[in-house]
Amino acid sequence: MRWLIALIAIMLAAPTLAVLPDEMLRDPRLEARARVISQQLRCVVCQNQTIDDSDAPLARDLRLLVRERLTRGDSDHQAIEYLVARYGNYVLLKPPFERATLLLWLGPAAFVLIGGIGVVAYFGRRRVTPDDNGALSAEEAARVDALLREG
Amino acid sequence: MMRLLYLLPVLLFAGIAAFFAVGLQGDPAKLPSALINRPLPPFALAGLDAATPGFGSATFVGEPKLLNVFASWCAACPQEHPMLTRIAAEGVAVYGLDWKDTPENATRWLAKLGNPYRSIASDPTARTGIDLGVTGVPETFVIDRHGRVRYKQIGPITPQDWDQTLRPMLAKLKAEA
Amino acid sequence: MTAEIGHFALILALVLALLQSSVPMIGAARGDAALMAFGRAAAILQALFVIAAFAALAFAFVRCDFSIAAVASNTHTSQPLIYRLAGTWGNHEGSMLLWVLILAVFGGAIALFGDNLRVSLQARVLGVQGMIGAAFLAFLLFTSNPFARLDPAPVNGAELNPLLQDPGLVIHPPLLYLGYVGFSVAFAFAVAALIEGRVDAAWARWVRPWVLAAWICLTCGIALGSFWAYYTLGWGGWWFWDPVENASLMPWLMGTALLHSALVVERRGALVSWTLLLGILTFSLSLIGTFLVRSGILTSVHAFAVDPKRGVFILAIIVGATGLSLALFAWRAPAMKSGALFSSVSREAGLTLNNLFLMAATAVVFLGTFYPVIIDSLHGDKISVGAPYYNLTFTPIVAVLLTLVAFGPMLTWKRDSLRGVGARLRIPLLCAVVALGVAMLVFGVDKSLAALGMALAAWLMTGAVAVLARRWRGTDFARAVRTTPLATYGLVLAHAGLGVTVAGVSAMTAWQTSKILVMAPGQTVALDSATVRLETVRQVTGPNYLATQAAFDIRRGDTSRHLTSERRFYPVSRSQTTQAGIDAGLWGNVYLAIGEADKGGAGIVVRMYHHPLVGWIWAGALLMALGGCASLSDRRFRVGAARAAAAPAGRLALA
Repeated sequence: MRWLIALIAIMLAAPTLAVLPDEMLRDPRLEARARVISQQLRCVVCQNQTIDDSDAPLARDLRLLVRERLTRGDSDHQAIEYLVARYGNYVLLKPPFERATLLLWLGPAAFVLIGGIGVVAYFGRRRVTPDDNGALSAEEAARVDALLREG
Repeated sequence: MMRLLYLLPVLLFAGIAAFFAVGLQGDPAKLPSALINRPLPPFALAGLDAATPGFGSATFVGEPKLLNVFASWCAACPQEHPMLTRIAAEGVAVYGLDWKDTPENATRWLAKLGNPYRSIASDPTARTGIDLGVTGVPETFVIDRHGRVRYKQIGPITPQDWDQTLRPMLAKLKAEA
Repeated sequence: MTAEIGHFALILALVLALLQSSVPMIGAARGDAALMAFGRAAAILQALFVIAAFAALAFAFVRCDFSIAAVASNTHTSQPLIYRLAGTWGNHEGSMLLWVLILAVFGGAIALFGDNLRVSLQARVLGVQGMIGAAFLAFLLFTSNPFARLDPAPVNGAELNPLLQDPGLVIHPPLLYLGYVGFSVAFAFAVAALIEGRVDAAWARWVRPWVLAAWICLTCGIALGSFWAYYTLGWGGWWFWDPVENASLMPWLMGTALLHSALVVERRGALVSWTLLLGILTFSLSLIGTFLVRSGILTSVHAFAVDPKRGVFILAIIVGATGLSLALFAWRAPAMKSGALFSSVSREAGLTLNNLFLMAATAVVFLGTFYPVIIDSLHGDKISVGAPYYNLTFTPIVAVLLTLVAFGPMLTWKRDSLRGVGARLRIPLLCAVVALGVAMLVFGVDKSLAALGMALAAWLMTGAVAVLARRWRGTDFARAVRTTPLATYGLVLAHAGLGVTVAGVSAMTAWQTSKILVMAPGQTVALDSATVRLETVRQVTGPNYLATQAAFDIRRGDTSRHLTSERRFYPVSRSQTTQAGIDAGLWGNVYLAIGEADKGGAGIVVRMYHHPLVGWIWAGALLMALGGCASLSDRRFRVGAARAAAAPAGRLALA
């Protein structure tokens, strides 16, 4: 029970590190927005880290920049666009939805669909027509039981 | 029809392998500039000391110019320095942006290695660097006579870079309207 | 001297591999027993020579023979012995040699223990193994010689990257490579079967243990890598969708599909061509993973030093291996005997759906990983594909898959009814709904996705137990437990383990808390129900590093634990690492990592996290591996059984 009580608390849903206390904004709501935005932005000089995770000096600069834009009243989208204008789409960890990335975003659903069609077509050739709605006769049921018992 | 389906995997694979082959040519670490064919973001920075003025975006009109981002602590910059000196000697206007550095250190560094720059601007906070999309040093921007960024060189300028890429580009930009 | 011996051994191994690629193939085509026997001898000899070469390199590493370039770049006399040894595979050349070692040893094993295989099949399998081995031995000798000399030899080496000086390095790469290379056996079997033109139950029985063993190793390897990142990188992350991580996930997903479709081949003789295709593709993904790490085509924390020439060579190997085998598939597979019929509600159908969603998931990871390369080739633009993408695409597909998992074992072969299987899953469904309700109540409606995750976890865990319950119901309990096949226990453990991992992932994704602040010694901070007190901060010295060490006292409930976190500086390589202090508990961890000292002198930066159920992520993976081991040790599926069981196709079999 204790663990249950222990976990009832204010949730921040903000995993990760590298933000220093002196960077954090006073307003908790702005700071929370800044953390969420930082987790969507790539540290462009690191190997595959967000600016929220990275210790690199440029990551720190960009974290401070995001906070500055938010303090100036930018919306989340505007703050992100500010960085995209300077560093390109590379800085976005969630790729934009545009003509070049159509395959990327529609691909997954297409895979399931095409695969599904393939499976259905395959079933069509493999179908066993149920003759007696699949029920077993008494004798078959007894045989099944015997087989199950012997494992 | 069914036989064609069996061909699908090998055909798809051929396409993927082709992309891999092309992908090997590139360098995933080099980030192309987001500013290509766009005007330089407006900025105006002070120089290294009170006596010498810095420069700003307004400086980059009239003829094609180079904007070189450097720092005194940068390990690769001394490699490129002789190249910059040579480029400046050929009459190209090279401007230096001292990035994330103190003016004193930069002055000392330039005194040791020589000063190829027409003018030097100091950007200790790297705010202008961010506006330019700078990710490290050295980087060099090629700006045309209208103040538009046309090319960004990442890393030190080697003699091959100068002969094969930058010099022809500057000649072409000079001939442009 | 050892370097020369090692180098020479590699050259001999290459010659043997080339012979192994050709002679048994000719022998099988001609039915010449002597040539086929030569293939077996070549495989065993090749293994011995590669073992000798690897031993030579390992010896050089341990003895700090800095005249060898690989040793000089990756080890230092101050490095502890275990990391000098593990450094053997902590670099490109050495790890490639480890890969080749495992490949050669597996080939030797097939030669030694493959007596109950059809001789021609065994010969062809060895031939394919030989080709792969020859290709990689050539790669080693011509582009990545582990025994390349440095002249003059330096007095001391550059030390191994401090992040790698960790027990993880000792086990993680070998486990992963056992997995990757293990799938080469399935690949060899698939290609051999295509050449032979037939697949039967004996083939499936021979392949399955190899696939299972490779899968178990890969599961453990990936879990270990995730765990290693969690406690080493200092921020409690456990999966980053890094290209190299994806490179290990893709063969795992496809290997899981292969495991399950091989089951259908074995029992019902259906899905034959598909299973052959999977056998080829799974190892191809292993090869592509190798290509990713060593070619420099994508940036990654895992990437070795990059040389485009190596990338071209590996790409050539991939084009040869995958391209040729897929072409062979296109040519020969259509003629393969098709298998038994089954209805659209049956275990075969369930397993087909399993494969569909696993393949879709694999395709999504592949697309996301390589899309930046595609865009770069086409437009010269650079984009990033990170966690937000995969959360939107990979997660829904896997969620559907996991829902289907509980159905599979409850379905009968050949023909079943939806109502029937639904009735068998009533209790798991109930448990899932209850879990959903509880999770939403406790953590709020806005975390409904995590609550759904918990419901899925409950569904999986109770669904697995239900398989046993159904078997044991109404009979003598002790006898039922004894007579239940190990493979059934394997299934139950593996599927339940899946549920445990899902629970951990859901909890970590949505219910973490964190605090970042400057603390002074003596200060106490509350984190959820735990109180964290910073006791002391002092400087300590390790064998090859200097560190700032902070000691903490954690109070959870009425238990108090002592933790330390360090920030280490390695003078030889001039790099820094953070060692986190972790208080691990059944229901979650408290995770502490210190940062720099505050510039104002007020104390030290402390990052503290509460990670609910994080251990479950890896515990679940361990359960899956244990399930695999249980299945592997089931004597019914040993190759000897293939002789006795000329199973009539219509026979009903459960679990």
